[in-house]
Amino acid sequence: MIDQVSTPQVSVATGDFRPRVKARQRIGAIWRWLFFAATTLAIVLLGMLLWSIFSPGLSWLSWGLITNPPSRIPEKAGMNPAIWGSIWIVMGSGITAFLLGLGTAVYLEEYATRGRFNDFIQTNISNLAGVPSIVYGLLGLVVFVDWMNMGRSLLAGALTMALLILPVVVISSREAIRAVPSSLREASYGLGATRWQTVQNHVLPAAFPGVLTGVILAMSRAIGETAPLLVVGGASQVLWRPDGPFSTFMVMPLQIYNWTGRPQKEFEHLAAAAIIILMIILLLMNSLAIGLRHHFSKKARW
Amino acid sequence: MASGIAPLRPDDRPPLNLTGKRSRQRSEELIRYVLIVCSLLTVLTTVGIVLILVFEAFNFFRDVPVWDFLFGRTWTPLFSGSQQEFGVMPLVMGTLMTSLVAALISLPLGLAAAIYLSEFASARASAILKPILEVLAGVPTIIYGFFALTFITPVLLEPILGGIGTFNGLSAGIAIGIMAMPTVASLSEDALRAVPRSLREAAFGLGATKFETTVRVVVPAAVSGIVASFILAISRAVGETMIVAVAAGQSPAGQSGGSSSIFDLQNSMQTMTGFIAYTFSSDIARGTTAFYSLFGVGLLLFTMTFVMNLVSQWVTKRFREEYA
Repeated sequence: MIDQVSTPQVSVATGDFRPRVKARQRIGAIWRWLFFAATTLAIVLLGMLLWSIFSPGLSWLSWGLITNPPSRIPEKAGMNPAIWGSIWIVMGSGITAFLLGLGTAVYLEEYATRGRFNDFIQTNISNLAGVPSIVYGLLGLVVFVDWMNMGRSLLAGALTMALLILPVVVISSREAIRAVPSSLREASYGLGATRWQTVQNHVLPAAFPGVLTGVILAMSRAIGETAPLLVVGGASQVLWRPDGPFSTFMVMPLQIYNWTGRPQKEFEHLAAAAIIILMIILLLMNSLAIGLRHHFSKKARW
Repeated sequence: MASGIAPLRPDDRPPLNLTGKRSRQRSEELIRYVLIVCSLLTVLTTVGIVLILVFEAFNFFRDVPVWDFLFGRTWTPLFSGSQQEFGVMPLVMGTLMTSLVAALISLPLGLAAAIYLSEFASARASAILKPILEVLAGVPTIIYGFFALTFITPVLLEPILGGIGTFNGLSAGIAIGIMAMPTVASLSEDALRAVPRSLREAAFGLGATKFETTVRVVVPAAVSGIVASFILAISRAVGETMIVAVAAGQSPAGQSGGSSSIFDLQNSMQTMTGFIAYTFSSDIARGTTAFYSLFGVGLLLFTMTFVMNLVSQWVTKRFREEYA
């Protein structure tokens, strides 16, 4: 790329300098257009993606899809158990990751002294964020399903998912805590508060909106994750909504995977309709996160 | 910081407790330990992943020599008896070929988008374009798999490459590329934006055009961040599961009957992640060699992505240009 840039020809001996400004600017204009085209390709791709889902899926949207259990007859098939499974998995993993992630973030930001241990944990967290999700599935299968005897249950799935989203929650919680001005802490310490009193009464309330936003975004990642739950829960059909933490489960993306894999075209269209519902839920969750951030950012005054 | 006073550094914070009351002292200590346990849990996760993969893979390597696994050219773990072979090469080729296609799409497009957004776009244009990239990044990968299977293959590829299979590595690679493009774009854009304005102004002052400044000054100055974003995107492509599980097919490259080449992107091309996903979607007997082979493949996959992530972090640190 660099070689293609035309450079002004300078000849020191004759003092002959040809700036060729017009030609160089024309090259620049062409490249600028190419950069623009590459960026707008994203819009085109998003459009094609939406079209490929809405054109087969829209006519298959029905209440039955939400209220019925899966069935061999596509017209009767629904994903009620999968919707409940997704809700439980996302709530369970969200709450677990919120508690553990916030604890980690508070320790790293408010307690730990800078040093090797802190650096080590930090490197470790960024490495965890890069582990393929299906590897978390293998971890969950051995630790939760086998060792802890949970079986291929909702609980095992939720805990696996909690570990998967934990790095995201830690990273966003740390940012939220770091954004709390130190004058708040200093005032609290100055009045004789202990470390935890300071954290509990001043740092956490101020950081809370940021932490919450991060957790909701992590939950919206969890709702679309499929691979680890495929390993932990298996892909066989589940006809009932889960009735307890040790019940078998199905989640929406797994149901979509299941339907997409069938040879009949009808199930492919049903999968498209299920994708529309999944995307609407995702959109709602993301809007909630953005709304919360907006709401609290108006309130914060420091 | 807003107060104008230097912020409290962690090391000169007051002791946990000033009151000296016994009960309070004890609870302060207790809370500290609970928080330490939380943060150690993240370390425990890493250790757990490594140990479990190694131990379970060890069961596998008792039956299949490491050498035969890594360099064998036939992968038929679900066959019976003497037809069962555990040469992982076809799966590795599947992963490498789909990731190569993904890289060819996501790296140039992502970098071009990053350059446009950071150097050329007006505030209004990036206010429209950036959310769209974020949406693309947030779409669950199963949806990209559906897109590859029901749109990329039949609508985009079929008219050009007549004989392409329903399941093929090419469509999966393209979908992964689309998925990874926003990652490259947003991380590279951050790197480009971090280049100080003075460098650009110096280049303009010497008579360089906007494009020359971008390509010869700004991009080289941000190269560490750009390369790190490239490696991260490739690592994500290697670890991507649902797209290949849906669209790339269930027989390893070169074993689908239709073709004999392990480079054949137009036919079914199972990847490492695809194998793990497929095996779990069709219940497998525990304790068999085939079951333990999942962990052998998992260990190889983890090692590949782990090394890439380390390299990416090292590049960021080692080649970062510091501007005071």
